[in-house]
Amino acid sequence: MFKTIKTIISALFASILLLSTTTGSFAIDKLHFVIGGGAGGGWDGTARGTGEALTKAGFLKSASFENMSGGGGGKALAFMINTKPENTILVQSTPLVLRSITRHKGYVKDGGSGVISYKDVVPIAGVIGDYGAIAVAKNSPFKNFKDVVAAYKKDPSSVKMAGGSVRGSMDHLIGALAFQEAGADPNKVIYVPYDAGGKALAGLLSGETQILSTGLGEVMGARDQVRIIGITAPKRVSDAPEVPTLKEQGFDVQFVNWRGFFGPPGMSGSMKKEIAKMLGDVQKTPEWEAVRKRNAWVNIYNPDKKFVKFLEKQTEEMTALMKKLGVI
Amino acid sequence: MIEGILIGLQTALSFKNILMVMMGCFFGTIIGMLPGLGPMTAIALMIPITYGFEPSTGLILMAGVYYGAVFGGSTSSILINAPGVPGTVATAFDGYPMAQQGKAGKALAIAAYSSFAGGTISAIFLLFAAPSLSKISLAFRSPDYFALMVLGLTAVSAFSSKGQFLKAMMMVILGLMLATVGQDSLSDITRFTFNNMNLTDGISFVLIVMATFAMSEALTIILKAKDPSRATEQISLSQLGSIKLDKDERNKMLKSIPRSSVLGFLIGVLPGAGATIASFLAYGMERNYVNEEEKQKFGKGSVHGLAAPETANNAACSGSFVPLLTLGIPGSGTTAVMLGALLGFGIQPGPRLYMTNPEIFWSVIMSMYIGMVILLILNLPLIPYIARVLATPRNFLIPLILFFSVTGIYLMSFNNFDIYLMIGIAVVATFLRLYNFPMPPLILAFVLGGLMEENLRRSLLISDGSFNFLWDRPLTAIILVFTISIISWQAYKSFKK
Repeated sequence: MFKTIKTIISALFASILLLSTTTGSFAIDKLHFVIGGGAGGGWDGTARGTGEALTKAGFLKSASFENMSGGGGGKALAFMINTKPENTILVQSTPLVLRSITRHKGYVKDGGSGVISYKDVVPIAGVIGDYGAIAVAKNSPFKNFKDVVAAYKKDPSSVKMAGGSVRGSMDHLIGALAFQEAGADPNKVIYVPYDAGGKALAGLLSGETQILSTGLGEVMGARDQVRIIGITAPKRVSDAPEVPTLKEQGFDVQFVNWRGFFGPPGMSGSMKKEIAKMLGDVQKTPEWEAVRKRNAWVNIYNPDKKFVKFLEKQTEEMTALMKKLGVI
Repeated sequence: MIEGILIGLQTALSFKNILMVMMGCFFGTIIGMLPGLGPMTAIALMIPITYGFEPSTGLILMAGVYYGAVFGGSTSSILINAPGVPGTVATAFDGYPMAQQGKAGKALAIAAYSSFAGGTISAIFLLFAAPSLSKISLAFRSPDYFALMVLGLTAVSAFSSKGQFLKAMMMVILGLMLATVGQDSLSDITRFTFNNMNLTDGISFVLIVMATFAMSEALTIILKAKDPSRATEQISLSQLGSIKLDKDERNKMLKSIPRSSVLGFLIGVLPGAGATIASFLAYGMERNYVNEEEKQKFGKGSVHGLAAPETANNAACSGSFVPLLTLGIPGSGTTAVMLGALLGFGIQPGPRLYMTNPEIFWSVIMSMYIGMVILLILNLPLIPYIARVLATPRNFLIPLILFFSVTGIYLMSFNNFDIYLMIGIAVVATFLRLYNFPMPPLILAFVLGGLMEENLRRSLLISDGSFNFLWDRPLTAIILVFTISIISWQAYKSFKK
């Protein structure tokens, strides 16, 4: 019974998204997107947005979507590994790397013999990303990250850092990376976790904390209230050109919260390459641009081998940092 | 401001926007009535459609779905004890008993009038005071939220009358325990998950409510099928569908509405609270206002107990637009999705929104009035028909309730495990019910427990481990003193007896 409901719902979504019918033949003409979280979340938006752009731009005849919550995405990962579904890709993001390092319960294999990581699925491509950002309230005495570091060095407990998730999460690591680069002990920075980016923002503006470390996307909506004093991008971003990078202030901190797609283990090399190419080509179309603009995404296309290299590097860097922070 | 109101009216009254309000309210009501599906999912799926609309049109539609769902959610709470959205859980406390007494039509009518009043009154607050109210959004810090949650827990006393005190307290503790399952809110450590990854995200609030309310109620009815007191219950159809309130009921409702609107709206303005917390607080507070005789009726079909949370949840819903539009802070998942959509339209929320896009701000508020009227028109005439659900023979009604509970939970997570978990909790809850353990204290403790712990530990973190935060800020101290006086007053009274 539930299978039927699931099919009906997927079919419904597919038909909604199949607004424009396209002609021509494709090697891959339909894709099924597995989403490890509920509707309305970041993964959900990425998969549905990408699927919409791919079908509207004529790369695919149809795209279907399946939400599969549980274990912070672990359930969907396990589904990909265990059933190896055809024509199916999984949307994932930085937590895939972080949770495999912290041996998060949702990412431990059955029997607890090992941890699921990106190596257990086939990395296809990273498509979009969000840079980390450090923000302060508009009336804060801190004008740039140097001021923050100076205040911290004077009295480490005077700078409390808010973030939208738990200790050892991305929000925590973004700030910790910046402090580490500034020569401070990241473990001594008091990190105050909130259960969502919006609540962390409210915490900053209420004066409870002095700085906020989170994704740039989380603070874009509150640019009237906060001053973003540094982002973890290699250069300034076009959507917020007034925001300085940490790099230009002398702190070479680079961090991307990527979002990308993965295939089931055993996916053929040619299929992987074709989907990766499709995900890259679609970014040049106006249909993608419409979706991108609507979601305020930053295109960071990172296909195939480059993606694997990037994941390796991120794992290495984050493992070192998390050891320092004592979260693993 | 007059100018703004005129711009808003002009925009809101355009044919397209009125159509959008109607559509939003209609879909919202339906989504609200179906247990499990919430406004967040609906709005998230709607975003691709709204793109290409004017930003104000898109926001009017999304807002309509949001308050429409909170409006409609009370229907399933009252009729089948299965709350449609988390914000209407408290509605079931008195709404469902009322329906069981053959007053389903009246209960639905009270819910509709209260929702209408709550939504309309709070839209007036929004109209006149939104800019200055943003200060309230930011006035609350973690210690204050902690104190607020403790205050909320005093609502438990509503269920602990007549020798039920110990049982109610045991359920509170069980609720607090269930709230600790899953990933710890401050560190990445998982608690009480038994190495099962399905539990790492914690137990969802809707699941607990569906298991302990709808499902276990249905199971209890089955088990008590031979109970003569239930079998003889014959509810006449005309009585069931009547929406006429007598003078006494009307007076009671009119007393509850103003105070619950103010309370609900203020709680809604706080980014760390929201409609669910607002409805629970309003329910608890309402019991402190009424006289001794009325107090005994709480949980057994009190008009006050139904009107207060219904008013408050709709008021909170409008209140949540204050931090969203004036600060760019989303207080809930639903408003976070709306903020994302706003940014996608290229709209920058904040104090400058009045200057840069006055039509958006004012037209959304204006559309709320239109929406409330539409919802009332949409809901009232339907009540006599909807109330007949209860006239369905039990042999059909109960399987239907079970079906909607199971599909509702499955549609939320698409995870089979949740169904098993729900059945397990429902079986335990049924046993507890048979021994007269009240379920609402468990729900209350579950929803407040997580927030209470999180805010307490965050306060400790910020104050470097010192408990001074309890009296350092006047706001925290005031709320705590208020809480203590309620508790001591109750204790004194029961001692005097």
